[in-house]
Amino acid sequence: MTRENLEDYLFPTLMLVIAVLAWEAYVRLDHVPSFLLPAPSEVIVTLIKDWSTLGASLLVTLTTTFEALLAAIVGGVSLALIFHLWRPLERAFFPFAVVMQVTPVISVAPLLLVYMSSGAAVLVCAFLVAFFPILSNTALGLASADHNLLDLFELYGASPWQQLRLLRLPSALPYFLGGLRIGGGLALVGAIVAEIAAGSAGAGSGLAYRIVESGFRLEIPRMFAALFLISITGILIFLFFTGLSWLLLHRWHDSMRSRER
Amino acid sequence: MRSDGGGGGAPLISLRGVSKAFKSGTVALQNVDLDIRDGEFFTLLGPSGCGKSTILRIIAGLTAGSGGKVQWRGQPSLGFVFQEPTLAPWSDVFDNVWLPMRLKGVSRAQADGDVRRALASVGLTGFERAYPRELSGGMKMRVSIARALVLKPAVLLMDEPFAALDEITRAKLNDDLLTLRTAIGATVVFVTHSVYESVYLSSRICVMAPRPGRVSAEIEIDPLATRDEDFRLGPYYAERVREVSAALHAAMDGAKCA
Repeated sequence: MTRENLEDYLFPTLMLVIAVLAWEAYVRLDHVPSFLLPAPSEVIVTLIKDWSTLGASLLVTLTTTFEALLAAIVGGVSLALIFHLWRPLERAFFPFAVVMQVTPVISVAPLLLVYMSSGAAVLVCAFLVAFFPILSNTALGLASADHNLLDLFELYGASPWQQLRLLRLPSALPYFLGGLRIGGGLALVGAIVAEIAAGSAGAGSGLAYRIVESGFRLEIPRMFAALFLISITGILIFLFFTGLSWLLLHRWHDSMRSRER
Repeated sequence: MRSDGGGGGAPLISLRGVSKAFKSGTVALQNVDLDIRDGEFFTLLGPSGCGKSTILRIIAGLTAGSGGKVQWRGQPSLGFVFQEPTLAPWSDVFDNVWLPMRLKGVSRAQADGDVRRALASVGLTGFERAYPRELSGGMKMRVSIARALVLKPAVLLMDEPFAALDEITRAKLNDDLLTLRTAIGATVVFVTHSVYESVYLSSRICVMAPRPGRVSAEIEIDPLATRDEDFRLGPYYAERVREVSAALHAAMDGAKCA
């Protein structure tokens, strides 16, 4: 490992350890009651003790997030392709997409809960927030093909299908993956927000519902445990898509390479 | 050599009264007549904005002229080299050169021999699996030339291909291009704004004047003189450079008065 590499990993890790230790020390030395601020050790103990409940909730939230994300990928990419093939449709439908994007999902959730079951409403909320970045990034990517390469394809009489498959889609890939990284994080946010809205309506068992429930019961360590799981999930989603981008782009895309110095 | 005939058979490509006006009202080309003959190295020389690239695009069929006509003797058969290498960054060198054949429905296995020969002709054997990102500017341009040649076109159209390269790389590529051209016997239509490059490479130079773009002078360069360091340092070269420079200045002065 080179020296720079060591610094890259050592300092963030060290900082994290110091922060957690300081937290633990503060709670113990100042005798802070656990219903105000539990020590990290207590959060871990709670996490293990309540794993049967929290683990099941984690699975619910994860399922919602990934189902929503899958729907957002299929919907976003298909719509971007349709927009690309037929521009008037883009002009006609883009305002709807923008309205969906700028209206905070928390304000739509109660309405959705009137129309559908809470499980479906949560799914739709998560889909709504993840959908737009994937759609707009993919649409941008499809339109960003190198003009000279487009000329070259025209010169050799490429069919529209060849142009799409061999030029437009590869050009759009880095943009799509950027949208996916944003959309992946947002799908989790959407799922959590909707779970909180649905949770207060009475039927929910995702991680956000556990947070609301713990709040009512003043089980703060459990609330921290659920929060911890949500953070870890968000980080893992981000790392997963960053890894995927690296896998698909590192051979050729500038964003994946360090500059030569 | 066939190139100097002029009076011989019909020209390979002939442009008659070709004009191009853009929507903005700019007249890029006005009434251009040109004959491209078999086997010649024909260069369009002029300042930026004289429409030399537009002529190339019209010959290639990438842009439609607003008037006049372009006639090919037989089926158009051309390769195009852009100012930038214009490689697909997501494909390796082999796949980039395979692209024109791929678009014509030739499989990778069927194309293998032709792609390897094209790469060998530009001195890039062994780089098949490299990605464009890993190549120098000169090597990228070589890949671009190999791609233009892989279908063995009758005419190679080159739009200021070496403009972005350093002087040393450019001189090397100039020599290699001439060797390559002799080997494959293709006709070349070359666009440049460098007087030196045009004299070194061409058998015929067409000097263009700007605003509106039009043909201002035509100068023949002895195609039989061997192009090497001696040629570059000799009196014949110096004389031709002076002549072409003068023609270029005359073309630009004419434009200022107009």
